[in-house]
Amino acid sequence: MIKVENLTRTFGPKVAVNDISFAVERGEVLGFLGPNGAGKSTTMRMITGFIPPTAGRITVGGHDVVEQPIAAKRLLGYLPENAPSYTDMTVLGFLGFIADLRGLKGAARQAALDRAVDACFLENVVHQSVDTLSKGYRHRLCFAQAILHDPEVLIMDEPTDGLDPNQKHEVRTLIKRMGEKKAIIFSTHILEEVEAVCSRAIIIDRGAIVANGTPAQLKLRGETAGSVLLRVTGQPADAVKAKLEQLGPVRRVGVVAQSPAGAQLRVVPASREQAAETLAAVADLVAREHWRVEELRAEEGRLDEVFRGLTMPDTKPRA
Amino acid sequence: MNEAFANIRAIAKRELGSYFASPVAYVFIVIFLLLTGFFTFMAGGFFERGEASLMSFFLWHPWLYLFLVPAAGMRLWSEERRLGTLELLLTMPVTAAQAIIGKFLASWAFLALALALTFPVWLTVNHLGSPDNGVIVAGYVGSLLLAGAYLAITCMTSALTRNQVIAFILSVVICLFLVLAGWPPVTGFLASVGATGLKDFVAALSVMTHFEGFQRGVLDFRDVLYFATVIGFCLFTTGVIIRTHRAG
Repeated sequence: MIKVENLTRTFGPKVAVNDISFAVERGEVLGFLGPNGAGKSTTMRMITGFIPPTAGRITVGGHDVVEQPIAAKRLLGYLPENAPSYTDMTVLGFLGFIADLRGLKGAARQAALDRAVDACFLENVVHQSVDTLSKGYRHRLCFAQAILHDPEVLIMDEPTDGLDPNQKHEVRTLIKRMGEKKAIIFSTHILEEVEAVCSRAIIIDRGAIVANGTPAQLKLRGETAGSVLLRVTGQPADAVKAKLEQLGPVRRVGVVAQSPAGAQLRVVPASREQAAETLAAVADLVAREHWRVEELRAEEGRLDEVFRGLTMPDTKPRA
Repeated sequence: MNEAFANIRAIAKRELGSYFASPVAYVFIVIFLLLTGFFTFMAGGFFERGEASLMSFFLWHPWLYLFLVPAAGMRLWSEERRLGTLELLLTMPVTAAQAIIGKFLASWAFLALALALTFPVWLTVNHLGSPDNGVIVAGYVGSLLLAGAYLAITCMTSALTRNQVIAFILSVVICLFLVLAGWPPVTGFLASVGATGLKDFVAALSVMTHFEGFQRGVLDFRDVLYFATVIGFCLFTTGVIIRTHRAG
């Protein structure tokens, strides 16, 4: 549905987006990650046709965004950063205006308004003026505007920014549900959101894509991915560590925490492929030694580690 | 074409609604009516003239509009930029031209409404004597075109900045230039230093020169063309400014 090829955008001497390419198909939810100023918003603004690219090509549903902007924009729903709306209108007035611009008429218009108001929990405020609304409501209003015409493609710039935890959860559920039938791109700073919602994630840094894959694939690139975490009680940490180090596939054993009552250790396998083997070996050892175990699990790796490792190459992520 | 019309209408409807959603519209209309009343009857010597015409009414419009029209139009685009709704508007399936025309027409319709509310002046002059109503209609047409020209200039300056005050000042200065270029003291000065060609050229740029005919009841095609050109040029420039702003 969305195809971005060699997209570049400069602002004067500054390169905001540098030769990025990716595609999003129907049924995919793409998470856009990156530090502030990495080029996330600029990329989204180009896809939605708000600013023209310096070089490269974007098509939405087969329509070139620069050459056939109206056809492309018809397929798009867009939630801009900071969720702008006309503050001097009522909620219903604002949504009605958007419905007019989307060419909705009669019964279809009414049905679309009802659906959007319902999906974004705006029933209580429909007749209220936008400038009396709290930030969370304004955000949901702008969200409602984006999904009003049931678009095939949704672009959302930080859709959960400024919402309380309950609202965040609701918006995530909504995005996930809509993602089954639409092509969705959204940007976020919240890494759990990516794991909860996205079928794929792209990490972008200084205008370039540094990682592109499913959340599970990305997590495997983390330092701790595949290592085994073990917590035992009633044993001195050093003794446990010494035993663990004698296991075959182990590269390194680290003590994460220790107290007189027990210890928590991390066993890093010699290679990532030996993760399962290491877990089995540790479990065997535990059984042989009759240790009292509180926790034993293989770590999946953490997105925040991957994120930091990729976007802050100068600082080594902690082990 | 039908769709373009629908888009323009939706944008104009919203814009017009936003005038009346706040006290702005009412304050503006009241001030406008008070000022036209004051200038017509007190400063313009409506009664002293002893003639049944609205000469003393229309005479002041170029000066009155100088401040009132930029005040009515300064928020058109700067507000969109300040609120961030420009991004919303321009990612809808509408063209920039449709948005520019829609907003301009809404604002112009608002000014037309304010102007139409001066009808008591027309009733008064018809009650007191028997004026040539054809001349008065021409005066109203000219006044509306004049307001449109000022408004188009304000549209342009409003697109330049997110600050309404700057938009206001810039448009007052540009409109003032268009007024002064045809003001007798200025044209007289240019004629006295012998620059007749320059005088004619500068005077031709002025709204005063072209508004004069309407006041006398003459609907000259060239005067209409002048105002249409100013409006067209300024709205076109507004489009260029918006595009340049997006292109960074």
